[in-house]
Amino acid sequence: MVTLADLKTPKDNTWCPRCGNFGILMAFKKALVQLNLPRDQVVLVSGIGCHGKIVNYVNINGFHGIHGRVLPLSTGIKLANPNLTVVGFAGDADQYDEGWGHFTHAIRRNIDINLIVHNNMVLGLTTGQATSTSQKDFKTKSTPFGVIPPMLNPVAHALVSNGTFVARGFSGDVLHLTKLIVEAINHRGFAFLDVFQPCVTFNYLNTYDWFKERVYKLEEEGHDHTDRQKALEKSFEWGKRIPIGIFYKEEGPTYRDNLPHVKGKPLTKLPIQDVDVTSTLESMM
Amino acid sequence: MIKNKVSVIVGGEAGAGITRSGFLFAKTCQRGGLHVFGANDYQSLIRGGHNFYIARADAEKIYSQRDTIDLLLALNKETILLHKEKLVPGGGIIYDGEDIDVSAEELSRDDLKLYSVPLRSFVKKLNEELIMRNTVTLGAAVALLDYDLKILNDVIEDTFKPKVAESNIKAAKMGYDYALEHYAGDFKYKLEKTGSAGKRNIFLTGNEAVGLGAIRAGCKFYVAYPMTPATSLLHFMAPLDRDYDMIVIQSESEIAAINMAAGASFAGVRAMTATSGGGFCLMSEGLGMTGMTETPVVIMLAQRPGPSTGLPTYSGQGDLRFAIHASQGEFPRVVIAPGDVEECFYKTMEAFNLAEKFQIPVILITDKYLGESHGEAEPFDQNKIGIDRGLLLTDDEYTSEEEYKRHRFTEDGISPRAMPGMRGAIVRTNADEHNEMGYTAEDPELATKMADKRFKKLDVLVKHLENYETTNLYGPEEADATIVAWGSTKGPIREAMKLLSEEGVNINYLQIVFITPFPVAEVKRILESAKKTMVVENNKTSQLSSLIREHLLMTVDHQILKYDGRPFDPGDLSKRIKEVL
Repeated sequence: MVTLADLKTPKDNTWCPRCGNFGILMAFKKALVQLNLPRDQVVLVSGIGCHGKIVNYVNINGFHGIHGRVLPLSTGIKLANPNLTVVGFAGDADQYDEGWGHFTHAIRRNIDINLIVHNNMVLGLTTGQATSTSQKDFKTKSTPFGVIPPMLNPVAHALVSNGTFVARGFSGDVLHLTKLIVEAINHRGFAFLDVFQPCVTFNYLNTYDWFKERVYKLEEEGHDHTDRQKALEKSFEWGKRIPIGIFYKEEGPTYRDNLPHVKGKPLTKLPIQDVDVTSTLESMM
Repeated sequence: MIKNKVSVIVGGEAGAGITRSGFLFAKTCQRGGLHVFGANDYQSLIRGGHNFYIARADAEKIYSQRDTIDLLLALNKETILLHKEKLVPGGGIIYDGEDIDVSAEELSRDDLKLYSVPLRSFVKKLNEELIMRNTVTLGAAVALLDYDLKILNDVIEDTFKPKVAESNIKAAKMGYDYALEHYAGDFKYKLEKTGSAGKRNIFLTGNEAVGLGAIRAGCKFYVAYPMTPATSLLHFMAPLDRDYDMIVIQSESEIAAINMAAGASFAGVRAMTATSGGGFCLMSEGLGMTGMTETPVVIMLAQRPGPSTGLPTYSGQGDLRFAIHASQGEFPRVVIAPGDVEECFYKTMEAFNLAEKFQIPVILITDKYLGESHGEAEPFDQNKIGIDRGLLLTDDEYTSEEEYKRHRFTEDGISPRAMPGMRGAIVRTNADEHNEMGYTAEDPELATKMADKRFKKLDVLVKHLENYETTNLYGPEEADATIVAWGSTKGPIREAMKLLSEEGVNINYLQIVFITPFPVAEVKRILESAKKTMVVENNKTSQLSSLIREHLLMTVDHQILKYDGRPFDPGDLSKRIKEVL
């Protein structure tokens, strides 16, 4: 049995009081307890930003990598050892700016990993600049006259990249978020979960109240999450009402399912002391 | 008559199968018991332009191409005009006289033998694609050289699928018969099977040798984004994934490649990636992460001339300093520079051992000339280098009473390395400075201690390398001058030494194989007793000279440099060596 106490680490938490990250941390821990996943069989991968410190706050395997590279790092780990549960944590700047180049590719490969993006629509750790999910006209230190381009839509992008699990949560609703994380981890294939998490220090606009007034749950309004077209329509909903929950979900072959020679086999368990290359050598004579 | 000593160029447009034909010719010579070498030269385009392949065969051991050629297989007119000056007096040109009109004026030489063969007509008669002209040419070359067509046929059968082989054999026969009928006995170069004919030695590129070394070393995860001249390693590994239980994956970028390799290695698998300079730039940040997180990884950096895109399909040695210093901060690494196909194999195996034993990144620095030229070797000894995974914990369960700490402080700085998934161990690492447990830590004392821990490994590594061939000395111990060089210049230097020794010049050559850590003691020993020293290098600023100065406070007397993207030719190199003697 895994308990919340097991997951505690000796590290002091340095997030701002009321930071949206706390909701994600709590939901993730609760999900691990609900799933009863042994601590030594889960790998947490995080990028750079306030979110990245989560590696210090959950007592499981972890790799705190560099900015934007959560997905390739997670991909390498999972391809090498499919028995591990790999959960990647990224920030909005981390994933949607610096790491955007990996987003579509990891999704379309359908590697059986999870990506949870702490989306606070601002750069926190660098003390408040715009990110690609900052709203148009949002004023920050780097955009004193307001953000010029429209915000990026990661949910829609995930859907058109053939994502097999596309969801959005809100860290102000830990119970709902926990359910989403459990579903994501249980999903066989790439699970993408964008999470609204208010930055209480640098985002004056997208606050807890702002989100609470707007978010509604897709499952409560009869959304059919097996219909990609409908999911795509929903992903464009922004303004007075913003949907959270599972937009789309389907079972499909993972990248590793297409590699019959190593299917289900951890590469880490293959003997390497005596790999015989004679036949290849002979083909070169 | 000149027997069993021939240098041939096959030339034509890109897409005409030039490299393949040159390779087949060399292989045909090799099967007859000759020593061979083959180098290709191509431009960054898919159709048109000019490609050529130099194939050289000799009864004696050879190490590179030479300056002149004896026979030109010209699939277009440009090939004749570009290479005619390189032909020896009495050299021959096989070409299609019905297609190509070369005037005496254009040729401007009257000492060449012109052997026209109706290549296009033959191919039409066979109802084959135009690309088949090259095989007709090969058949004609075999006849001119008074060689055995059966050997060529065997090589074709070993290379192509049965149906394709059959039509190629027909095409070769047409060229052979035509040349025999019209030009028998006219060409002074002859080839003859020797006593060592048959399938004895291997003939492969440096990249293929690196790939074989990686597979033999137990690499189970190879990831790369295509970039010349490293791409052919990806091409080599990809079709072998099923045979050797590997995952070979093409990533979306070099940034993804190094991070995927790091992830796989963290999970506990021997992992590798490869690229050229531009891709290595993109990998630099990830490289530093592997240093900080003590994650073993092997990276092949196959150089081409820069800066920037430079000469994308040519060769150079301008990235030495870059390989040594890439990425911010300080961390131990190994940089190894193989110089021939054997070293490509054995040093790759060593690279994996060193990476895992010391939990560091290891860079194999090669270049286009080494990576894509075909060299000959005895079949590699698979047992020469064993597998040493260092302190990797491979049990399913961690049973020690002490809590597992990925970055535990130890006497030599090397921490036992558990794989995540091992029951009872929590494996945590961190690109931020961290404590033994892998938690982020910014304490000044700890930061010092952790940096010291990482560099303690370097001390142990330097000691460990005393058992390795970190340098090679060729030629006499006592010489009038000493060449110092690294990497692919090895072949042309050894050929130049042959030429110089024929002239009675007494010279030796120190090849530096391990660049980082620099083999100070060995290089010092040789250079201190050298009468005159010269660095031979394919770059503009002689980066090796600066390394020698840095490590030994010694100034090299002369630099012989070439940075036009092409390898040294041995004749030209020997002349330049004599100039500074």
